[in-house]
Amino acid sequence: MADSSIAAPTPVGRRPGRHVLRAVVVAYLFFLVAWPLYLVGRNAFADGLTSFQDILTDPDVTHALQLTVVIAVVAVVINTVFGVGISILLVRYDFPAKRALNALLDMPLSVSPIVVGLALILVYGGRDGWFGPTLEAAGIQIIFAVPGMVMATVFVALPLVIREVVPVLQEVGDEQEQAARSLGANAWQTFRRITLPSIKWGVIYGVVLSLARSLGEFGAVKVVSGNVLGDTRTATLVVEEKYLNFDKGGAYATAFLLALVAVACIIVVSVLRPKEER
Amino acid sequence: MTSTTLVPDRPAGDRRPARAGLPLTRVSGLGLGVAMVWFSLLVLIPLAAVVVTASEGGWGGFWGTVTNEQTAATLRLTVGTALLVTLVNVVMGTLIAWVLVRDHFAGKRALEVLIDVPFALPTIVAGLVLLSLYGPDSPLGVNIANTRIAVFLAFLFVTLPFIVRTVQPVLAELDPEAEEAAASLGASRLVTFRRIILPSLTPAIAAGAALSFARAVGEYGSLVLLSGNLPMRTEVASVRILSSIENDNPDSAAAVAVVLLAVSLAVIVLLDVIQRRVMRRG
Repeated sequence: MADSSIAAPTPVGRRPGRHVLRAVVVAYLFFLVAWPLYLVGRNAFADGLTSFQDILTDPDVTHALQLTVVIAVVAVVINTVFGVGISILLVRYDFPAKRALNALLDMPLSVSPIVVGLALILVYGGRDGWFGPTLEAAGIQIIFAVPGMVMATVFVALPLVIREVVPVLQEVGDEQEQAARSLGANAWQTFRRITLPSIKWGVIYGVVLSLARSLGEFGAVKVVSGNVLGDTRTATLVVEEKYLNFDKGGAYATAFLLALVAVACIIVVSVLRPKEER
Repeated sequence: MTSTTLVPDRPAGDRRPARAGLPLTRVSGLGLGVAMVWFSLLVLIPLAAVVVTASEGGWGGFWGTVTNEQTAATLRLTVGTALLVTLVNVVMGTLIAWVLVRDHFAGKRALEVLIDVPFALPTIVAGLVLLSLYGPDSPLGVNIANTRIAVFLAFLFVTLPFIVRTVQPVLAELDPEAEEAAASLGASRLVTFRRIILPSLTPAIAAGAALSFARAVGEYGSLVLLSGNLPMRTEVASVRILSSIENDNPDSAAAVAVVLLAVSLAVIVLLDVIQRRVMRRG
């Protein structure tokens, strides 16, 4: 950065300062992300595979892992259907208050997960929520049960599909859809044959990102789950409980599994994305 | 919201002034209705419930809760640290984006993946990850667990991707000719950066900074294991809300939550304004 000579302008990116910048960035990311991430892997395998054997034979942990996957899959399906639908409406149609809706849809990304949990409890809490007592009288329990955990997970991952699909929809334009419609295709045929193939990659990225986010949700799920052993406990809650109970091996092993899935999701997206852009 | 009338809603800075959207048909109107009901049940009504609950005690009750010594301390710590982290991110995020776009070297793809790790990693795992390098068993010999530095570090980790990812595409699309022209006219690199590059990046940096600030203010998961949640020292706003919920005191939980929601809302409005300004210009 100190080099401010004007004698010989070299092409952008071929100046001596770039090595300094590169070193700073690599060091920053190494200390903030890469090294800590590596250490979790090393700690997880500190006793060989025993930590993994322990957690995978613990029925409470395997139940938590299953529950995590079920909740994440349900949440991703809901968010994909909702996300694709609302993206098409936002890009292709005109309706009142579109701008406000567009802005509000991003809200879940910037709301604290604890506030998400609190908000759901205030409405669906069985004791004194707005709708909770009525629903519970009808036999539907939401808070401290799986439906509430699904809702919390859907809430925090809500904008991810929309954010991926909306730009793609804007990019491809609607000429083909108009052509299909003028040739007599109905709305469903147009969607399935024209719209869906053109936004396919956007949807896939959105799904992968939502899946990563849903599998790893912690704060919001913690508030609404009640964290009942073997019942409403998810994988992230297992990590916390194991660590606080001095079972570091179990905590690191469970964390390693979660980190593995998260990193795999990112790699899938980063491998797929340039292929489509090329 | 389920109206199928053709009320034209085209404010001055709409996304695509050239192409009018279709009016709602019966099917799309129904779809919008269903989507709005779901969105209301999931997001709007619950968030409204937070605001209503907080306002039940009147302005005095709200103000009393928020300015309570312990709560005020958590809010100061949260907002102060979030601002500091956002400042670091403005510099480091822009720098990282710069290197990723303008520099070419082996292993750049790996850095790209590393940038996204904090976004996809479960927050509780993020806390554990940081703890393994900066906690009691640190191979570096530093132990920052249960201090305010831990809060700073956790915020820094979870907000890493935001500015990088907003600045990167803008930087990649920047026309190098203006820079070359400036350089050939004798502008130093610093001047070129400040006069030519920085102005085009500012909206992206601002948008990323807003997201990063909002994310930091609401952070919870990564702090659970890392910061010790000591009242008056390392307790952040989200932890304070959770302990109010657990102590069966939803009113004060809601009051603090409203402060956080106000921050989120301010960020959203800011983003909308930035987006519109950029759209109008470009």
